[in-house]
Amino acid sequence: MTEEYEPNIVAFLCNWCSYAGADLAGTSRTHYLPNVKIIRVMCSGRVNPLFIVNALQQGADGVLISGCHPGDCHYLEGNFFARRRFMLMRKLLEHVGVDPGRVNMSWVSASEGAKFKDVVDDVVAKAKEAGPMDQFRRRQINW
Amino acid sequence: MAENYRPKIGVYVCHCGINIGSVVDVPAVVEYASKLPGVAVSREYTYMCSDPGQNLIKEDIEKEELNRVIVASCSPRMHEPTFRKTLKEAGINPYFLEMANIREQCSWVHEDRDEATEKAKKLIEASVAKALLLEALEEKEVDVIPSCLIIGAGIAGIQAALDIAEAGFKVYLVEKTPSVGGHMAQLDKTFPTLDCSACILTPKMVDVANHPNIELMTYSQLEEISGYVGNFKAKIRKKARYVNFDTCTGCGVCAENCRLAGRIPSEFDEFIGMRGAIYLPFPQAVPAKYTIDPQRCLQLTKGKCGKEGPACVEACGPGCIDFEQEDEIVEIECGTVIVATGYDVFDCRRKPEYGWEENANVMTGLEFERLVSASGPTGGKPILGRDKKGEGGYEPKKVAFIHCVGSRDKSVGNEYCSRVCCMYLAKQAHLIRDKLPEAEITVFYMDVRAFGKGFEEFYDRVRREGIRYVRGNPSEIYRKGDDHTMVIKVEDTLTGTPLEYEADLVVLGVGLEPRSDIREIIDLFKLSQSTDGFFLEAHPKLRPVDTASDGVFLAGCCQGPKDIPDTVAQAKGAASSALILMAYGKVKVEAQVSVVNPDECRGCGFCVEVCPFGAIELVDENRMGNIVKVALVNEALCKGCGSCAAACLSGAIQPRSFKDEQILPQIAVLGVKP
Repeated sequence: MTEEYEPNIVAFLCNWCSYAGADLAGTSRTHYLPNVKIIRVMCSGRVNPLFIVNALQQGADGVLISGCHPGDCHYLEGNFFARRRFMLMRKLLEHVGVDPGRVNMSWVSASEGAKFKDVVDDVVAKAKEAGPMDQFRRRQINW
Repeated sequence: MAENYRPKIGVYVCHCGINIGSVVDVPAVVEYASKLPGVAVSREYTYMCSDPGQNLIKEDIEKEELNRVIVASCSPRMHEPTFRKTLKEAGINPYFLEMANIREQCSWVHEDRDEATEKAKKLIEASVAKALLLEALEEKEVDVIPSCLIIGAGIAGIQAALDIAEAGFKVYLVEKTPSVGGHMAQLDKTFPTLDCSACILTPKMVDVANHPNIELMTYSQLEEISGYVGNFKAKIRKKARYVNFDTCTGCGVCAENCRLAGRIPSEFDEFIGMRGAIYLPFPQAVPAKYTIDPQRCLQLTKGKCGKEGPACVEACGPGCIDFEQEDEIVEIECGTVIVATGYDVFDCRRKPEYGWEENANVMTGLEFERLVSASGPTGGKPILGRDKKGEGGYEPKKVAFIHCVGSRDKSVGNEYCSRVCCMYLAKQAHLIRDKLPEAEITVFYMDVRAFGKGFEEFYDRVRREGIRYVRGNPSEIYRKGDDHTMVIKVEDTLTGTPLEYEADLVVLGVGLEPRSDIREIIDLFKLSQSTDGFFLEAHPKLRPVDTASDGVFLAGCCQGPKDIPDTVAQAKGAASSALILMAYGKVKVEAQVSVVNPDECRGCGFCVEVCPFGAIELVDENRMGNIVKVALVNEALCKGCGSCAAACLSGAIQPRSFKDEQILPQIAVLGVKP
């Protein structure tokens, strides 16, 4: 990396743990970097692997999926499905040349506001290291 | 009313006093939002959630014929229900609401005004993109089974059970141990009024056993729970007592004759008293039915008890003892659940420097309660060091009480205050002063938190009874020589002098901890824990007895340390929450459930496999004479997690309000580089 850039990261947080954890970070006024933009889903298991590709395609420099800790899923086992799909997708992305540091997964519970900040910091740092994402940019088609 | 087509969106940006306005440039955001596609109205207001704020939305819906509303304010976890109601009152479908979280996830976590404003704009733009594709959803109601399952029969469970039963609803009260009563039954007196704990508790214990609406299941454990709010199904294991419950009269002749009588440490007496292998936990136990301890009974462990066979069988007049008895599984249905599983006291083995394990005259607060209780092993006399026959012993002359053992202590992982220790130690100091007027009594404290009604007055009274309070947290407690003198190494932090204080009885003010088996309940109900390990309530201020699982409520110390009045108050709160559901008799079920487009479904069944609730099945469909399989969602069982949608290869199954077509536009907005 030669020049510093501000990565743009799309995060998918489950409603019951990680989204609540991010809310708690807010309630406790824990400052973190504004690079991460959050999309609420009911369960991390909802995150279709294609969402990851889609976000990278749109130009996001990184993706974060966060759910309840293993065993604590509000929907019993959605986070396990999420983890499996995520691991496969990350392998595939690595195979096609995407820095695996761009795609991240974490477990943040509703009481871990401070951990959410750490996760954000970590994800932003990794995306910075990987540089701007332009491998997937859709070519502008001029008819 | 304009429905799905031609969206007319109203964007409402809240200042939240200065919570949002001080960091985010609200007028700039409003201006930006007004130019977004589909936006007809864009406004700001100081408090959108207030009456005038909500009226603003309602008026616009009527005048401008809005059919989508975006509120950019706090977390949807906070006010989504509020604004859904506003939409409903204004006559449009409540699911045409989308919230942009610009407080918790923007103004409160970012400092830079420009960055925060840019992010707020993006978040609102994403909400607009999603709102364009929102659909009207129908809220359905299901019946609530008019019964409540309560887990744990301490004072919290007892109080909640009585309240619900009195209101005319059925209660299943499940208790793990052979008797109801919980920790409160072990206590001698209660602070600050010095009421006798047993005297105020036992009438309630008898009431729960006799109430026609309460089905009491002691020595029982919840094994399985399924279903959803209003319609739970539970499996409860009634453990074998090896005593016929219906014919046992509680006379106690069996226990007197047990070959192990007086040889097994009693759990109820905190292991300082003894019981037999067949036992009643304490004299006032409810139900007054004997139980055989399967881990200790000679007949059950070795298959042989003495030469003549088990003495209890011989002694029992009505012939109640039955070694062939087996566990029984009971299945019940209930509409609501209250979890009141209580606490464990701190295990002093985790603070070995206090020497609790090696020294009998270093005891926990709970052990001390049994020592001074009239129903305890010494009949309420504070006598230590008795032999196995209960003879000999000595009365302590110097007694020390130590505050904050296992609370407010990061080294053992408990940062929280246990709320009861300051006062129970003051009470115990008072009790010892009462019983041993000559004794020298010293209390070592970090600071005294006498916050409740009558607490400060009581603390003051205790200090005037010649009880010395020394500010200092002991570093070590050890035995001096061969007799029973203990040395407490401590620094008096008010004078800065190191002390080596000698005492012959040391009482550790142990704190309250989550139950060691809390995991079992978490796994059954999918409850969350807060950082202290206790159960997490749905909202710390406004929903203190609710959990994230609808229809499951919390009462008592399982949610956090509490004294008895607070526990009773919370139990009454949980009972009233459960009663709201049962009295109304109906509950709204999740409208955001999955839906299948049968034309796209290929009938592979991947969704059936991933669904954690078994809510999807494959059914036959006739397509021009060809019978094909398609997925069908049972909307009562579906909880809307969306796992199915992520597994579906053709995108045929989608959770409402979180469909691919609704999330992808959000990604498109947020993914693009600013």
